[in-house]
Amino acid sequence: MSNITGTLDGAPAPKVRPRRPGAPKTPRTKRRIQQRTAGDWAVDIVLGVLIALILAAVIYPLWFIVVASFSDPRAVATGEVTLLPQGFGLTGYEMILADDRIWTGYRNTILYSVLGTAVNLLVTLPAAFAMSRREFRPRRIIMFLFAFTMFFGGGLIPMFLLVKQLGLLNNMWVFILPTAFSVFNMIIARSFFETSIPEELREAAALDGLSYFGYFLKIVIPLSSAIIAVIGLYYFVGHWNDFFTGLIFIRDQELQPLQNVLQQILMANQSSAGAGGSLGQSAGDAQNLADQIKFGVIIVSTLPILVLYPMLQKYFNKGVMIGAVKG
Amino acid sequence: MTSRITEEAVVAASVHALRTEPKRRRLAEHFRRYWQLWAMTLPAIGFIIVFAYIPMYGIQLAFREFDVTKGLTGGDWVGFKYFEQFFNNPQFGQIMLNTVNISLWTLVMGFIAPIILAILINQIASPRIKGFTQTITYMPHFISTVVMVAILQIFLAPGSGIMGRFFGDTSLLGDPGAFAHLYWISEVWQHTGWNCIIYLAALSSVDTALYEAAKIDGAGRLQLIRHVDIPALLPTAGILLILNMGSVLGVGFEKVFLMQNTLNIMSSEVISTYVYRVGILGNQFSYSTAIGLFNALVNFAFLILANYIAKRASNTSIF
Repeated sequence: MSNITGTLDGAPAPKVRPRRPGAPKTPRTKRRIQQRTAGDWAVDIVLGVLIALILAAVIYPLWFIVVASFSDPRAVATGEVTLLPQGFGLTGYEMILADDRIWTGYRNTILYSVLGTAVNLLVTLPAAFAMSRREFRPRRIIMFLFAFTMFFGGGLIPMFLLVKQLGLLNNMWVFILPTAFSVFNMIIARSFFETSIPEELREAAALDGLSYFGYFLKIVIPLSSAIIAVIGLYYFVGHWNDFFTGLIFIRDQELQPLQNVLQQILMANQSSAGAGGSLGQSAGDAQNLADQIKFGVIIVSTLPILVLYPMLQKYFNKGVMIGAVKG
Repeated sequence: MTSRITEEAVVAASVHALRTEPKRRRLAEHFRRYWQLWAMTLPAIGFIIVFAYIPMYGIQLAFREFDVTKGLTGGDWVGFKYFEQFFNNPQFGQIMLNTVNISLWTLVMGFIAPIILAILINQIASPRIKGFTQTITYMPHFISTVVMVAILQIFLAPGSGIMGRFFGDTSLLGDPGAFAHLYWISEVWQHTGWNCIIYLAALSSVDTALYEAAKIDGAGRLQLIRHVDIPALLPTAGILLILNMGSVLGVGFEKVFLMQNTLNIMSSEVISTYVYRVGILGNQFSYSTAIGLFNALVNFAFLILANYIAKRASNTSIF
């Protein structure tokens, strides 16, 4: 760096001069270079402070929930809990684990997420592969039919009536079938197949007499673990966090997934929250306990996703970048 | 030599034969060669037809009287009756205002924030700190909407919440004036990290020679950002802006619904929650289909418009 500035200082100055005759070129360049290093420092300091603030703003809410869930409810309510747990307590978790709804919700969500993601991948990957084959002429019109649905849809009520007519109302398959195929994820996978799998492989495979099925199963799939992980995670998180389907299409408590159970618990506690302030000590305690359940429920429902997260994190940049190639 | 010529002749003849062949035979040949690709696409086509195009076909319900016995396609034709009913509804103005207000705030802030974050992260020299920052900022993206709203409620609880206590006994979640801001701030908190990945990718593909050249010309770091980083981000930003324009009236249902309460309903009723209320809860199927269609058409129009403008202005387009 210092070398570059050194040469800058002397040599290029005369070259620049003819453009602006009369301007005191050399001193100005010098000042600019000094400013730049000072500026570098300033930029670094500002950058460090900004990044630290951003990190704190992202981490703190999450950290607070974890800490509060392990604290004494009363300490949380009076605001003593800020950075570390105060007066260790597990009352929230005890209440949650004793609640049958949570267990049913958990079982349902795991079932819907695992089965749903399996169906998603079975539908999406072959379609993405077919759409990535340039020699397959109908792919343009099919892609148009797919992409159009990303920008226009029938809306809630026609969907509701359709689901009703198909007999999927209050049926566990409503969590699996309507969302079985995401055009967005298919485009990501297609871009991956197009850009990351060399075309020579197809030629070689064809020479060896491999059909499209054989090529897809024996060559393409084993080479695509990164993209399968990424879109698998997208789908899985989508199922895990799905609240809409349970709200609109499910009436039966036994079929409700975790997110809907969660919302019921949170809503029940929310309605008592308004009255909490004006009531006496026991009501205050009940309110504190309700808050404690909230913290625990948040942790319990988010934990599985956050456990998956570090394992798949290395694929994220890649996955999103591939998706970006073709928009 | 002669064999080559005859070979070419044969090929030419067969190509000619293929062209003049009846369409049926060519179709048969196409399916013989590509039936496996068709088989791989068919499940996806099936799902799209059933769960995307059949509901679109069901849009005609907006122009018909709902009839339980006829289901999706509805009964008697009533034209624009239900659209008029919506436009003449005294709530219409407020609902439109709320929808546009919430979505514009979210659109603008949610568009700017990832660009700024990407530029900041890109400035971090140490790969470890860079990786750590990315890991942490992506994380909230995976939190469910239900949990996100619960976190808001906890932090904003009047009196006891970490943020809520600064506002005394007034509940921010019950304040109609604060709704749109709570909405976009929490959106930005949750998704900025994730949404900046695409910009980081764009920045990482910038030719390093550009930076070198700019440095030799005496550019400081801020000037590098101004003259190299930001121009490199513009095409990506343009495309994302067009895509976002397609949801000007598309405020996500879940989060608004979950954040709604009796105190803030005045500023938190948006088109999608209204459709839910009158359609699913109120069983006015035709009326709410009409509202949904109106919503979808406005979104689509904005998408086309944004695409057209971007195409004229900078040759960026998604179609």
